[in-house]
Amino acid sequence: MAEPLIVVKNLNKSFPGVHALKDIRFDLYPGEVHTLVGENGAGKSTLMKVISGVYQKDSGEILLDGKPVAIPNPKAAQKLGISIIHQELNLMNHLTAAQNIFIGREPKDRTGIFLDERTINKKAQELFGLLKIDIDPRVKIGELTIAKQQMVEIVKALSYDARVLIMDEPTSPLNDAEIEELFGIIRDLRSKGVAIIYISHRMDELFRISDRITVMRDGQYVDTLKVGETNLDHVISLMVGRSIEVTAPQVDLGANRPVMLEVRGLNRGKALKDISFTAKKGEILGFAGLMGAGRTEAARAIFGADPIDSGEIFVNGAKVSIRHPCDAVRHGIGYLSEDRKRFGIAVGMDVETNSAMASMGRFTGFAGFVKRKDIRKAAEDHVAKLSIKTPSLQQKLKFLSGGNQQKVVIAKWLIRNCDILFFDEPTRGIDIGAKQEIYSLLNELADAGKTIIMISSELPEILRLSHRIIVMCEGRITGELSASEATQERIMKLATQRETMVKAAAKQTVKE
Amino acid sequence: MATAATVKTEGAQKDAFTSSQAKQKILAFSSLVILIVGFSLASPNFFQPANLIAIMLATAVNGVLAVGVNFIIITGGIDLSIGTMMTLTAVMSAQAIVNWHLPIWVGLAVAILTGVICGGLSGVMVAKLKLPPFIATLGMNLFTKGLSLIIAHSKPIYFSDYPAYNQISMGSLFTFTEDFQIPNAVLIFFAVAIVSAIILTKTTFGRYTFAIGSNEEAVRLSGIDTDKWKIAVYAFCGAIVGVAGIMIASRLSSAQPALGQGYELDAIAAVVIGGTSMSGGEGTILGTIIGAFIISTLTNGLRILSVPQEWQIVTTGAIIIFAVYLDILRRRK
Repeated sequence: MAEPLIVVKNLNKSFPGVHALKDIRFDLYPGEVHTLVGENGAGKSTLMKVISGVYQKDSGEILLDGKPVAIPNPKAAQKLGISIIHQELNLMNHLTAAQNIFIGREPKDRTGIFLDERTINKKAQELFGLLKIDIDPRVKIGELTIAKQQMVEIVKALSYDARVLIMDEPTSPLNDAEIEELFGIIRDLRSKGVAIIYISHRMDELFRISDRITVMRDGQYVDTLKVGETNLDHVISLMVGRSIEVTAPQVDLGANRPVMLEVRGLNRGKALKDISFTAKKGEILGFAGLMGAGRTEAARAIFGADPIDSGEIFVNGAKVSIRHPCDAVRHGIGYLSEDRKRFGIAVGMDVETNSAMASMGRFTGFAGFVKRKDIRKAAEDHVAKLSIKTPSLQQKLKFLSGGNQQKVVIAKWLIRNCDILFFDEPTRGIDIGAKQEIYSLLNELADAGKTIIMISSELPEILRLSHRIIVMCEGRITGELSASEATQERIMKLATQRETMVKAAAKQTVKE
Repeated sequence: MATAATVKTEGAQKDAFTSSQAKQKILAFSSLVILIVGFSLASPNFFQPANLIAIMLATAVNGVLAVGVNFIIITGGIDLSIGTMMTLTAVMSAQAIVNWHLPIWVGLAVAILTGVICGGLSGVMVAKLKLPPFIATLGMNLFTKGLSLIIAHSKPIYFSDYPAYNQISMGSLFTFTEDFQIPNAVLIFFAVAIVSAIILTKTTFGRYTFAIGSNEEAVRLSGIDTDKWKIAVYAFCGAIVGVAGIMIASRLSSAQPALGQGYELDAIAAVVIGGTSMSGGEGTILGTIIGAFIISTLTNGLRILSVPQEWQIVTTGAIIIFAVYLDILRRRK
């Protein structure tokens, strides 16, 4: 085998409170596709950001062509021939494809003052031709599909003579035909000797495109496997290999509990396809799946935050029409966003104001005056009940910890008398100790007869708290598991069950 | 030839896109024509050489300011100080010529230099100190306004002994007949517009102006010093404001330190009516010029029809709101 292009040795990187990368090793050969897999938070993106100069390593070594290199910023990485294509494309919609590719390196005409548009278009056309991509260099980026925009990004990266191309979840916004086209380009690049680091959550892709697979877990290197010598089950078992914190798992609830929320045939464009499920009184219903599986979209659609194409919602047995979050709240549905700071709380306002935010109608008296005393009483009750740690009711939320902020959001919906609560990533950005508290709080709420629907990307969390688990993939529900039958492996399999795989499997069965 | 076929369809897409942009320009232009035809039918006094020249003269200063601030708005910024900055450049020019007895050309250079310094300062505040452009230039607005009053001792400075200065704006290089003379101010306006259009579409400076307005982070990650270019854009606008300062001082044969506030809003209105997006990344000089003409034609025509000045203002306001709403409708599709 040839000499490795990149070797990473004993790499460490910490952020305040998190040891994101621990003694990572990694190597990359010219002309190979090396895929990084791991659960959310395993450290894949962090490692790539260190290699592409976005983050700085704390310790360890990166060797390029056998020589140690420093990569202080993205430009330095570019000079070394390392380009990264982020999940969020970095293009200028108002400029043409050619102008985007050559931004910062525009060719000038003979005067040296004016831009040479003809040359720029010709050069771009040549680059596109090299990879057999059909894009008019003069077309504005904003007019291209996401797939074509991505190709422009790839061409831009290669125009810097990239030898290493890092692609972070490139297929997540693409449809199957577009993925095929992308894979064609990747294979083409590989045959030209470009080394590709590929990050993906889609298990079926791994074996189609990769030469080697490196598994990471909790910021640590687990193993590197050759594609021909392993299989999907083995990779998944390495990914989820960590032991779950020892706690009593939920027991299955009796079947005779009343159904609080029923959703039938919910559709929304490509994001949600035929979503149907029920949630019972006193139940914690877990929604598992990978990022972008459509779990948040489902919650938002049910809550009325996004319009739906079709579908019915029943609360407590009665059909309801929810077109706006106001309707949802009126029917006793509360939604706790995954992005607490943006959608959950007003950070500059105090505890009591935040807790009363969803119920101001109740706290408004004669001529629009706010009933301060009632608010204070309600807030006081809930601060005590949820044991929110705050020096006073007048403390601004930005001075509270993540866990306590989350509790204030819960208080807000409890004061509003919501019986159905959607928790989207309830413990994101909350430290371990506070997580435990949120967990027991969720259990208490369920015991008190609330219906909890919890979306979480952390499998141990889902397994530990849910009475029942619904797994989603690509906007569809791919399975339902009871607490007793759920395992990480089972969930992972359902979460990666893409439509094409289902079809292929069906074909296989027919053949047999 | 699959390649040729695909290129063709992409090309067709592009035509459809440019035609939608062209439509916007045609829309603005046809509204201008409709205004002119309408006023001509409503009053015999409107379509007269003298009145048309009056409209052009009235457009000149606002048009130049609009062309300058158009660059800043394309980057996604705003400059609220151009009106009072124009006054300061006029005052500095008068100070140099009248009180310091420097040659006229030095006085002109002083005006433009003043604009570059003030604009550059705003640029530094926006790019380096990360102040929101709205706040930075609001501060610059008051700063230049106060400075003008201090330097001029709150009194106009007259160019009475310098008739040549007055000729800069009010002389006429092109005299067709006795009552059809195009004042130089109008020529300066067109010259500034043409040069700016070339800079905006044909140079790296123009390219980065659009690119920053479209996606500043992407430009930065492409290895371009966006801060430097942003400062340059504000300074460039300042230079154009200096030209406007010379034009207005020359036209009035004096530097009026109390004048200026409000000019920035007319200029921004012209830019917006001309189809430049307030969120950046889009805009043309031609559109801005048409926008400036729409405002001055409207004001002039309504005055000829003896509409009270109060109602002229109300009408202009309504037009701005309508123009921006049209733009939003176009974008939504």
